Amino acid sequence: MSSDPGSDQSDVAVHAFDGGRLRRTLLAPFRVAYLVSLAAAGGAALLATPLLLAARVFGGQPDAAGDHFHLYFGLLVTLVPCLIWGASWATGGRGRAAGAVLVLPGVLTVAAIAFYPGGPPGADHGVVWLSPLLLTLGVLASRWVASEHRRLVTRWSGVPIADPYRALPEGSTAQRLRAWLSGWLTDPATWRDVAWTLLCAAVAAALVVGLALAPWALDMLGPRGTGPHAVNGFAHPAVLYGIALWLAPLLILWGSPLVLSQHARGARALLRPSRRRELAARVQHLALTRADSIDHGAAELRRIERDLHDGAQARLVALGMALNAAEQFFEADPAMARALLTEAKDSSAKALVELRDLVRGIHPPVLADRGLVDAVRAQALDLPLRVEVSGDLAGRPPAAVESAAYFAVSELLANTTKHAEARRVWIEIGHTGDMLRIGVTDDGRGGADPSRGTGLAGIERRLAAFDGVLAVSSPPGGPTIANLEIPCASPSPKTSSSSGTG
Amino acid sequence: MRVAIAEDLFLLRDGLTRLLQAHGMEVTAAVEGGEELLEALRKDRPDVAVVDVRLPPSFTDEGLRAALTARQELPGLPVLVLSQYVEQLYARELLADGSGGIGYLLKDRVLDGTQFVDAVRRVAAGGTAMDPEVIGRLLTHNAAAGPVAALTPREREVLALMAEGRSNAAIAQQLVITERAVAKHTASIFVRLDLQPSDDDNRRVLAVLAYLNG
Repeated sequence: MSSDPGSDQSDVAVHAFDGGRLRRTLLAPFRVAYLVSLAAAGGAALLATPLLLAARVFGGQPDAAGDHFHLYFGLLVTLVPCLIWGASWATGGRGRAAGAVLVLPGVLTVAAIAFYPGGPPGADHGVVWLSPLLLTLGVLASRWVASEHRRLVTRWSGVPIADPYRALPEGSTAQRLRAWLSGWLTDPATWRDVAWTLLCAAVAAALVVGLALAPWALDMLGPRGTGPHAVNGFAHPAVLYGIALWLAPLLILWGSPLVLSQHARGARALLRPSRRRELAARVQHLALTRADSIDHGAAELRRIERDLHDGAQARLVALGMALNAAEQFFEADPAMARALLTEAKDSSAKALVELRDLVRGIHPPVLADRGLVDAVRAQALDLPLRVEVSGDLAGRPPAAVESAAYFAVSELLANTTKHAEARRVWIEIGHTGDMLRIGVTDDGRGGADPSRGTGLAGIERRLAAFDGVLAVSSPPGGPTIANLEIPCASPSPKTSSSSGTG
Repeated sequence: MRVAIAEDLFLLRDGLTRLLQAHGMEVTAAVEGGEELLEALRKDRPDVAVVDVRLPPSFTDEGLRAALTARQELPGLPVLVLSQYVEQLYARELLADGSGGIGYLLKDRVLDGTQFVDAVRRVAAGGTAMDPEVIGRLLTHNAAAGPVAALTPREREVLALMAEGRSNAAIAQQLVITERAVAKHTASIFVRLDLQPSDDDNRRVLAVLAYLNG
C-alpha cells in the first residue's frame, strides 16, 4: 500500500483537538460510503457465480448456445486479463486500480442478471461455463477488498494491521507465482478474506435496506399502523420519506463514526494474522536473525584471528628472532647486539599497540568498566566533533545488549563523522518501560538512507537479533535523527557505583 | 622518595618495585587490590602512589576509583595511574580537582625505565604526566573547537608537551627553540586561556585542564 499510514495520525496531532475531531466527523460519512461501496462490490464479485448458476437452473427456456456467442466471447476477453492482473497483484504487485478490475466482471454479471431485459442472460447458454473463472476472480477480489480494509483501518487509526498471508519466497516472478498458486487455496487467510467480504456485504445490505425501509416500516408498524399494506396509517409515506430526507444528514453524521469504530474493531479482530501465522512469522524472523548473528560472530572471529596472526603474533616472532640474534652477537659484536635489542623493544611496543586496538574492537575496556553511557562518552571525546551525551541508566543492561547498543552508536557516529559534515552531535540514552532507547541527532547535511548505506543496514541487522529497531529520519539538508530501541528488562541496579568524579 | 604500588600482576608489580628501588626510591607498599592500597596510603603516607586501573576484586576501574578516593581523603596526594589503555574520560576525572600531582600513562611506558622514573618524580613533585596517546587524541578532538582553537599551532604544540608534563627546558629541547621562547609561549597560553597569575605549577595544570575540556 503506497500511502503513508502515519499521515492521518500526524494530521490529528497537528490539528490538536477541535480541528481534528471536526475533520474526522465530517470525513466519516465519506469513509462509510466508501466502505459500503467496497462491501457491495466485493459481495457482487463473490455472489456473481452463484447467481449465474441459479439463473441457469431456475431461469427461462433454454436457447441455442450460439445465440449469445458474443456475450460469451466478451466475458472471456474481460475475464482472462483480469485473472492475470489479479494473480500478479496477489504475488506482490501493488495498486488500488487492480481492485476495480477484480470486482468489475462480478459486478457486471450481477447487473446483467438483474437488469437484462427479457430472459436472464447466462441462464441458457455457454456463459455458465465461465463461472469457474468468475469464481476465481471473486476470491481474488475478496483478497483485494480485505487488503483495502486493512489499509483503510491502518490509515484511519494509525495502528497497522499486519498482512496475514503466507510469505512468498524471494525470486523471479515465475517462482513467486508458482509458490502462490500452490499455497493459495490452502491458506486460511484466503478463506477468512472471503468470509470477511461476505460478512461486510451482508452487514452493508442490512444497513442500507434497513435505513431505506425505516419510514415505510414506521408507517406499517408504528402507531396507527394497521397491518399489511397500511397507507395513511401514521402519515403518508411521501411525508415520512420527506422527513427522513431532512433527518438523514444528521443521522449520517451521528451514525458514521459509530459504524467506523465498529468496522475497525471487526477488521482488527478478523483480518489480522492468525496466532499460528504470527508464530510462524516469529519463527522465521528468529531463524533469520539467528543465522545473521552466527554469521556475524563467525566473521568477527575470523577477523580477530587474522588480526592476531598478521599483527601481534608476527611481531612476537620478530621479537624472538631479534632476541635470538642478539644472543648470538652478544660477545662478538656488542654494537650489533644492542641494535637488535632496540629492534626487539620496538617490536614488543608495536605488538602492544596492536593488541590494544584489537581489544578495543572486541569489547572496549570502558564499556566493561563503566557501562554504556560512559563508554559512549569516552568515545565521543575521541571524535573531532562536539558531542553532548546526556541521560543515565539506573543499572547495567545485559552485556550482549550493552555491547550491541555501543557498537550501533559507534557505527552511527562513524557515519556522522565520515558523511554528514556535522559540527555537533547530541546523544541521549535512556530506559523507558522495557525498552533501551538511544537517540543520536546531528546537525549535518542529512540524506542518510538505510536502504543504501551498508553501515545502517548492518546496524539494523545486528539490532534485529535483539528485536531491536533503528529508525532514521534524515531529510536532505538535515538534521539526521537516528533512534535505536532495544527491548530489554529494566537493568539491575548498579552493583558498584562509579565513585565521585570530583 | 617513598612510593606505594598497586598492581595485580605479580611480574609487573615485582618489576616496578625493582625499577623504582634501582632508582633510589623506597617502596612502602606493593599491593594487589584497591582496598589494600587505600589502607597502605592511610598508614604510610607515601610521596606518590603508582596505581593500575584494573584491580581486583571487580577487575574494572577499581584502581582509578581507589586513586580518586585517596585524593579526596588525602588532598594533594600525587597519583600516577597506569593502564593498558588510555581514555580521555579518565584523564578528565583525574584532573578534575585541578590540584596537580597527576599522572596517567600507558603501561607500555614502563619499558623505558628512565622516562618512567622521571614521570614518577614529576608527579610526586606536583606536576602532571599525561600519556602522549591521550594528548594525540585530544589534538584530533579539539582541532576545531573550544578556547584551545584560539591558540597558534606553535602554542598548541607547547601546550601538548606541557600536558605531557614536560618542563620548559625539556619543551625547548624538543621543539628546538630557546627556553625564553617557551616561556613567552606559555605566558601567552595562560593569557589566552584566561588563567590568572598564581603558582606556576598550578597554572600549568589548569592549562592542561582547559585543554582537556576543549
